Amino acid sequence: MDSSRRFFLKIAGLSVIGVGAKPITDVLAQGTKPKTEPDPKALAGRRWAMVIDHKKCLNAKEGCKDCVNVCHQVHNVPNFGNTKDEIKWIWQTSFEHAFPGNENPYINEYMKEGLKNLPIMVLCNHCDNPPCVRVCPVKATFKRADGVVMMDYHRCIGCRFCMAACPYGARNLNWKDPRPYIKTELNLEYPTRTRGVVEKCNFCEERLAKGLRPACVEACKEKALIFGDLGDPKSEIREVLRRNMTVQRKSHIGTRPQVYYIL
Amino acid sequence: MYNAGKIIIGILIFLVLVTYPFWRNAGTASAPPKLEVGTQEKQCVESTAYMKSSHMILLDQWRDDVVRNGKRIYTNSSGKQFVMSLQNTCTKCHAKKTQFCDRCHNYVNADPNCWNCHIPPKEQEQKAARSDQ
Repeated sequence: MDSSRRFFLKIAGLSVIGVGAKPITDVLAQGTKPKTEPDPKALAGRRWAMVIDHKKCLNAKEGCKDCVNVCHQVHNVPNFGNTKDEIKWIWQTSFEHAFPGNENPYINEYMKEGLKNLPIMVLCNHCDNPPCVRVCPVKATFKRADGVVMMDYHRCIGCRFCMAACPYGARNLNWKDPRPYIKTELNLEYPTRTRGVVEKCNFCEERLAKGLRPACVEACKEKALIFGDLGDPKSEIREVLRRNMTVQRKSHIGTRPQVYYIL
Repeated sequence: MYNAGKIIIGILIFLVLVTYPFWRNAGTASAPPKLEVGTQEKQCVESTAYMKSSHMILLDQWRDDVVRNGKRIYTNSSGKQFVMSLQNTCTKCHAKKTQFCDRCHNYVNADPNCWNCHIPPKEQEQKAARSDQ
């Protein structure tokens, strides 16, 4: 066949166009592609936060642990029965442990008397500047756009850097398989954890996604826990923060914790 | 070639030894397992062929979208919506883990660690049936 260079170049040019058109026709040929989206029922917030009104908490009956029990039940939190292995998402601690900076040698004995037997409910502070997120080498813990500091248990390698970094002791490692140690009734809708992962409070993100408030907030009969969106100036939590003098735990270290206390 | 006889015999012995596993097991391939889905539902979230070949990819995408991006609703190619959850959606139909997931995973020697954390569906009927036997 007699072929000129000109003819060859024409054919080559046409084939390049043909090859280039393939992806375009592919896209057009496809019907609706599967897509994913957030649940429309989900609570949307710009910055989730919590206020713990300690005066109301003290009004509760002696030794009330409603918030702790419900949290540990819905999240299948194990109970290993010893403090070394202890796993806790929300728990009660003494004043000097919750607010170590405020316990100083100049507090006199009368004030000390008031602070004694003053148990404080503590949980993950969902910091604005979370040190646990900074140190995680695999990005298993991360801060969401709405402020929830979350764990991706699929990624956690159990290195415990986050436990060392967290100034609030809000993180615990599962040294053993936690399944046999779940003493509460198993919540079949929520996973357990496995050996070698760190766990902590997740601000009930699985409930927020369904349009529910955190379990501890709903369980508190005294309404001592107030949960809401700091990004919404009309929210209840903003009103509470406007009307009360509140403190944060160890705010001077710069983690910008988002759990506020009315003492 | 020096020592051709020895070399050729050596090569033959070598070939026989190397291919031993192939001809030893020829024709004895075990039949693929029979799976019991445990549901009347005709259609999974995507086509059966896709689910058979790529359910692990889909589950990985679901995991990342739910945990990292907070997206929990999946709209499939035909517009039907599902909550993206292994524990709360998949196992509602695939309620027989030991006769569905495990049978095939054992057959292909896959060892996914989903169930270390996610709670498998209760299979009481099955357990009862087994104890009867």
